[in-house]
Amino acid sequence: MISIKNVSKHYGTFKVLTDCSAEVEKGEVIVICGPSGSGKSTLIKCVNGLEPFQQGEIVVNGISVGDPKTNLSKLRAHVGMVFQNFELFPHMSVIDNLCIAQIKVLGRSREEAIERGRKLLERVGLLNQAEKFPGQLSGGQQQRVAIARALAMDPICMLFDEPTSALDPEMVNEVLDVMVGLAQEGMTMMVVTHEMGFARKVANRVIFMDEGRIVEDAPKEDFFSKPRSERAQLFLSKILQH
Amino acid sequence: MNYHWNWDIFLAETPSGSTTYLGWLLSGLEVTIAVSLSAWIIALIVGLFMGVFRTVPNRWLSGIATVYVEVFRNTPLLVQLFIWYFVMPELLPVSIGNAFKSINPFLQQFIAAMLCLALFTGARVCEQVRSGINSLSVGQRYAGLALGFTLPQTYRYAILPMAIRIILPPLTSEFLNIFKNSAVASTIGLLELAAQGRQLVDYTAQAYESFIAVTVLFMAINVVVMVLMHKIEARARVPGNAGGG
Amino acid sequence: MGYEFDWSSIPGALPYLWEGMIITLKITAVAVSVGIVWGTLLALMRMSGFKVLGWLAAGYVNLFRSIPLVMVLLWFFLIIPSVLVSLLDIPRSFDTRLVSAMVAFSLFEAAYYSEIIRAGIRSVARGQMGAANALGMSYAMAMRLVILPQAFRNMVPLLLTQGIILFQDTSLVYVSSLPDFFGVSYRVGSRDGRLVELLLFAGAVYFIISFIASQLVKHIQKRKTA
Ligand SMILES: Nc1ncnc2c1ncn2[C@@H]1O[C@H](COP(=O)(O)OP(=O)(O)OP(=O)(O)O)[C@@H](O)[C@H]1O
Ligand SMILES: [Mg+2]
Repeated sequence: MISIKNVSKHYGTFKVLTDCSAEVEKGEVIVICGPSGSGKSTLIKCVNGLEPFQQGEIVVNGISVGDPKTNLSKLRAHVGMVFQNFELFPHMSVIDNLCIAQIKVLGRSREEAIERGRKLLERVGLLNQAEKFPGQLSGGQQQRVAIARALAMDPICMLFDEPTSALDPEMVNEVLDVMVGLAQEGMTMMVVTHEMGFARKVANRVIFMDEGRIVEDAPKEDFFSKPRSERAQLFLSKILQH
Repeated sequence: MNYHWNWDIFLAETPSGSTTYLGWLLSGLEVTIAVSLSAWIIALIVGLFMGVFRTVPNRWLSGIATVYVEVFRNTPLLVQLFIWYFVMPELLPVSIGNAFKSINPFLQQFIAAMLCLALFTGARVCEQVRSGINSLSVGQRYAGLALGFTLPQTYRYAILPMAIRIILPPLTSEFLNIFKNSAVASTIGLLELAAQGRQLVDYTAQAYESFIAVTVLFMAINVVVMVLMHKIEARARVPGNAGGG
Repeated sequence: MGYEFDWSSIPGALPYLWEGMIITLKITAVAVSVGIVWGTLLALMRMSGFKVLGWLAAGYVNLFRSIPLVMVLLWFFLIIPSVLVSLLDIPRSFDTRLVSAMVAFSLFEAAYYSEIIRAGIRSVARGQMGAANALGMSYAMAMRLVILPQAFRNMVPLLLTQGIILFQDTSLVYVSSLPDFFGVSYRVGSRDGRLVELLLFAGAVYFIISFIASQLVKHIQKRKTA
């Protein structure tokens, strides 16, 4: 479903990604972790073409992301993305946040869009907040709306960039629960996160990045029981101390 | 000082007969409002597009917008006005230039003043729009694009609605400025408010009354604009957003 | 386009244009200096806590900020001469236009400067006034020794930018037919029937000076934040 082959990216002389390769099969859940600045966000943004890259190839559902002829908007419409800071549109009500792209991008009628939107709000437990504005919701609620917004586009896969790291601790689980549910339904997911509990529960594989390289790409059992690289070991021990 | 106050002067008939001096001021007020409002609308459109151009990843568009802003912000308004009025008709193709010079003088002055104020103010609006857009997180742009919006759609639905809300206060002061700046058009003979006040002085020598009246009218414009903009700001306020709206 | 440019009247007029530029720069320099001093006083008056002083300053600032500069200039050219003549007993032949222009710009700009300065003082005073008082400084002492120096350092770019705007606005003395740079350009242009060239030339000169100055301001700003 997602195939990343030898991708490199640099800003001027600074190499952000070096020769990264990874495969994600349909229905797989991949967790990406690594120290700050290691290029996790950059890699995941390359997958839907939000960040350009200079070398290598990324193919999503048979479509090459780096190809200048690719209609990126069309591709992105079917690749859901959830951000660290939610990035809901603050000037629109929750339900409008869910409907706008359905209407303007997918061409659904307003009624259809609202119906789909309300169903997803119900699923994330926020149907009663439909008419509120993002600024009136807690962080956890906003992130659940953001997930619902991405799901409203009927994505073939979902990308998450540290979806819980901007949240107060007591709100982390409400968001993770939604994500676990998605994973169990068979959604293909790439998740940048340091929530190792989530990884243990639903991940198929864990990718560990450091200094722009994919240092380790292993089934989760192997990753947690016997990580090969020293840096991954160090990283894990640090995280567990928290 | 033995100045002779005479407030009744406004009700006196002008030498031309058909109206009072107050009538002169009011017709000046009308011209001031007409030229400022029409220029403001153009300025908003130009400023919006140029401001967006300054933030898009396209060298040509951002280059054009940068040149526009620098040129129009670094030359005096008066020079710009004279260039619109005296120079443009000469530099345009002869037929258009002559057509312009053959319409009635008031229209010539009005058009020159309107274009001048519009593009002068547009450059300032452009900078406000740009800073409004830049004050939003890049995440908003990413979020729009990630939903499958094209770049224009991302601006239309995700970025501009918030950016414009953020810049409403500075836009209010640009809106006020355009009325004040329109007084410069008196130098090319446009009979707007300040020019009518001046004319009143020339005819009656009641300088103080005239200036006080004109000042009061300008202040009235200020008050109306501020009330209007406050209403717009209140309506545009986003629930739950303390700063952003 | 049908217009044939002829720039030949500019070289001969350069000495006059230069004299005009001197007048322009003189007005700018005086108005910036007096404007900043008077503007600071106005800002301090507004923040002093004496109600009457505050109202007077606020009234002054709001009055000047709500009327067009052109009107202020006309107004001053009308009254300053008679005031000067009656006060100082100077001969009627004395050219009061330059003095009038300087006074008008200074008083007008002070209103704008005072708003910049007030905002600058406020942003520093928020944290520093308490600290200075804790050290036993009086209000006046804290203002003079702690707050104003910092505020002015922060405000330099804004004050300079306002100065560049003022430099451009001095062209409005055209309404008093004072021969500043723009006035001279206009006169030479109409004398020789070369208004197009002279106006474009004047615009280019204003542009080059203002553009370079604003780039310098940007540079200063960058160094400050770096
Ligand atoms: N526009 C840019 N120009 C230059 N360098 C950049 C730019 N964007 C990101 N970088 C650099 O690229 C590197 C990788 O950034 P990235 O955001 O992908 O890291 P990350 O692994 O997501 O870190 P974090 O855990 O802090 O989110 C960082 O060192 C960052 O400083
Ligand atoms: Mg990141």
